[in-house]
Amino acid sequence: MIEIKNISKWYGAFQVLTDCTTQVEKGEVIVVCGPSGSGKSTLIKCVNGLEVFQQGDIFVNGTSVGDPKTNLPKLRSHVGMVFQHFELFPHMTITENLSIAQVKVLGRSKDEANERGMKLLDRVGLKQQAHKHPGQLSGGQQQRVAIARALSMDPICMLFDEPTSALDPEMVNEVLDVMVQLAQEGMTMMVVTHEMGFARKVSNRVIFMDQGSIVEDATKEDFFGKPRSERAQQFLSKILSH
Amino acid sequence: MSSWDWQVFCKETTSGDVAPSCFGSGGDITYLDWLLSAWGWTLSVSVLALLVALLLGSLMGILRTTPHRGLVLLGNAWTELFRNIPLLVQIFLWYHVVPALIPPLRDVPSFVLVVMGLGLFTSARISEQVRAGIQSLAGGQRMAGLAMGFTLPQTYRHVLLPMAYRIIIPPLTSESMNIIKNSSVAFAVSISELTLFALQAQEETSRGVEVYLAVSGLYFISAFAINRAALFIENRVRVPGMIGGGGH
Repeated sequence: MIEIKNISKWYGAFQVLTDCTTQVEKGEVIVVCGPSGSGKSTLIKCVNGLEVFQQGDIFVNGTSVGDPKTNLPKLRSHVGMVFQHFELFPHMTITENLSIAQVKVLGRSKDEANERGMKLLDRVGLKQQAHKHPGQLSGGQQQRVAIARALSMDPICMLFDEPTSALDPEMVNEVLDVMVQLAQEGMTMMVVTHEMGFARKVSNRVIFMDQGSIVEDATKEDFFGKPRSERAQQFLSKILSH
Repeated sequence: MSSWDWQVFCKETTSGDVAPSCFGSGGDITYLDWLLSAWGWTLSVSVLALLVALLLGSLMGILRTTPHRGLVLLGNAWTELFRNIPLLVQIFLWYHVVPALIPPLRDVPSFVLVVMGLGLFTSARISEQVRAGIQSLAGGQRMAGLAMGFTLPQTYRHVLLPMAYRIIIPPLTSESMNIIKNSSVAFAVSISELTLFALQAQEETSRGVEVYLAVSGLYFISAFAINRAALFIENRVRVPGMIGGGGH
């Protein structure tokens, strides 16, 4: 589904990604973790071309992201993305947030888009909030709307960029619950997160990044049981010590 | 106080007789007629220049935030060109220099040249505000729009601009009020607007106090009306749940 082949990226002279290679099969859930500044958010944003890369290529369902001839808006329209800071459109109601891209990008009718939006809103438990604006919802609610918004485009896979790290602790679980449910339904997911509980529960593989490189790419059993690299061992001992 | 003579506005401009209705008849006009006509010219110059400024200023401000280097350069060059030369000099450039360089422009009425001069001068300032408004949204909203599959123009249309314009309503209001006040430079190229009226009427009637007070009042009313209109718009487009956005 997603093939990342030898990606390198520089900001000026500074190299942020070094020769990253991995793949996500259909139905797989991959967790990407690592210390801040290790390039995990940058890598996931390369997958739908939100960040450009200078070397290597990424294929989503066989379509090259790096090829200048690729219709990126079309590719992105079926790759769902959820951001750390939600990024709902603040001037639109929740209903409009869920329907606008369906109408403008997929060409669905307003009624069809609203119906699909309401169904997804119901699924994330926020049907009552449909008429509100994003600023009137809590962080956890906003992030659940953001997930529903991404799903409204019927994506073939979903990218999550630290979806819970901007949330108050008591709101983390309501978002993780939605993600766990998605994973169990067979959605292909690539998730940048520090939620190791989530990784243990639903991930197939864990990728550990450090200083722009993929240091470890292992099944979750191997990653949590016997991480090969010393850097990953240190990281795990730090975040799992409490 | 007792020496004030507001009847001066009822005098006919050629004979100096006081017209009974205060408005001229039979081909002659009173100073009141002239004042109102001058107000009309001031408003015409201002409104048309504001349209030019909003259109071009928005376009240039948007170009400066695109990922295309050439477009950014164009927007930057435009902004710097029109905001680093004094307004009055720019008006004279449009009046004296541009028609000399581009002969077909010799037949263009000075009203149009003033609208262009004031409009382009103000467009540089609006370009700066539009750019700041868009950049205040940070990169997240742009990425969110693109990630939904919007093209770049769609992302601007549906995601970035609606919020950016809401954010910059206060400085845009100041700019719109400024354009009314700055339109007074049109007197320099003989547009019969309020300032030119004031200069000439004061000369003819020696009633400088009354004339300048009336003109000042009309400038104030015009600018204040824009201020109120902007406040009305600001309240209408307020987003619930945003800072200062009001109740649920």
